[in-house]
Amino acid sequence: MTFLFYFVACLTIISALFVVLNRNPVYSAVMLVLCFFSIATLYLLLEAYFVAVLEIIIYAGAIMVLFLFVIMLLDLGREAALPKLKKLDKALSLFLVVIIFLGILTLTIWSGGDLHQTLNPSSVGDIKAVGKALFTDYLLPFEVASLLLLVALIGTVYLAKRRVK
Amino acid sequence: MDFLALLIICVKVLLVFAATMLTVLLMIYAERRISAFIQGRLGPNRVGPHGLLQPIADGIKFLMKEDIIPAGVDKPIYLLAPAMLLIPALMTFAVIPFGSDITLFGRNIPLQVADVNVGILYILALTSIGVYGLVLAGWASNSKYPLIGGLRSSAQLISYELTMGLAIVSIVLLSGSLRLNDIISQQQGHFLSWNVFKQPLAFLIFLIAVYAETNRLPFDLTEAEQELVGGYHTEYSSMKFAMFYMAEYANMITAAALTVTLFFGGWDLPFLNETSMGMLGVVLSVAAFILKTAFFLFLFIWVRWTFPRFRYDQLMNLGWKVMLPLALFNIFITAGYLALTI
Repeated sequence: MTFLFYFVACLTIISALFVVLNRNPVYSAVMLVLCFFSIATLYLLLEAYFVAVLEIIIYAGAIMVLFLFVIMLLDLGREAALPKLKKLDKALSLFLVVIIFLGILTLTIWSGGDLHQTLNPSSVGDIKAVGKALFTDYLLPFEVASLLLLVALIGTVYLAKRRVK
Repeated sequence: MDFLALLIICVKVLLVFAATMLTVLLMIYAERRISAFIQGRLGPNRVGPHGLLQPIADGIKFLMKEDIIPAGVDKPIYLLAPAMLLIPALMTFAVIPFGSDITLFGRNIPLQVADVNVGILYILALTSIGVYGLVLAGWASNSKYPLIGGLRSSAQLISYELTMGLAIVSIVLLSGSLRLNDIISQQQGHFLSWNVFKQPLAFLIFLIAVYAETNRLPFDLTEAEQELVGGYHTEYSSMKFAMFYMAEYANMITAAALTVTLFFGGWDLPFLNETSMGMLGVVLSVAAFILKTAFFLFLFIWVRWTFPRFRYDQLMNLGWKVMLPLALFNIFITAGYLALTI
């Protein structure tokens, strides 16, 4: 189990790195799908089956397919459309990334007590518990989120219709 | 987990895999013979008795053919795409129970590879993953017809996945569980307790959505020969083409088995209590499951050679303006009924 965890965790990090490092957007998208799969596997190792399956259905199955759809429609994949970075820019971004990473690392280790909290697997994986929580304790955020999605939907329709004229 | 339990799981995995592959071969044969029958031809009847060895001859032909990788394709993704389609297609069957529990050497062995408590969601997740194979095959081929086929398939599969999910929700509302075993046990007894009689509208919606999800006629827009040459697999040859073919049939087998499980009681034989009949019950239940699945596989072929193809805008209109509202209406009615009676 421990070996499996380290293997999947490494896979998650490596695939996440390749999402950023690839110059071809289609490859980045495929790597992001791999990353979602590894995260889902991590959830599986925690026995949170419901969350794992949701991760795949929502992120890998729906959102990333739409991403790929857009990338293919705009035909971004053929050549890397991004301009080459200058040396100074590269050095600066590397510096910033290292600083932020170290900052997060120190913060995590400093407040390490919270890391060892264990969740009850049955409560995370249970669909009834999730549903109950959504419609009682978190009803307002839930409804507000759905409203937000509706606004985004109306906005998209408006933008698409305006271009037709 | 001890050694024997591991062994049992391995045997079950191998058994299901072999059965799926064998059914794929039989389906290819059946498709050609039934299409020939419908069109007043004979179909393949030379290789082996009644042409039964024809699919094996086809398989050997695919293996021996030259493997062409066209110039200008995106090689890694081009090579990966057939596997990305075939693997989820073969994995989906893992959660479908294909018989009542069997007792061997004092052990209770469920005839199902994995009993997951989110079984239906697992199936939905894997069917939504299958899209990548089609889309990436279309893109990596670097050719216009495959690209159009890939784009069409992504739009079609996303639209109909939604409808299929909503049709399943009304079944889940009735059974109160996402485990396929619970859904089957809830349909046991009289055959009027099968979900198809309780949820006829959901069954109709699910069946139509399944045809769209497996890219079968009347919804095979992604590979419409007359307009797109071969759609997403135009640039593929030899075994990689065969993998697309196998994935299509494997998806059909899973879809038929899932239809049986959700709406026709799975391995249940009406008026019989299989679990109390020992070995005979197991054999009967497996036979019932195979027969029911075979009927829906036949229906796939029957429909393909009987109906013309939809136009693309008709497909989208049907999906979003007819099927989706109907599915939502069905959920509303079901939930309302449950809320009033319980």
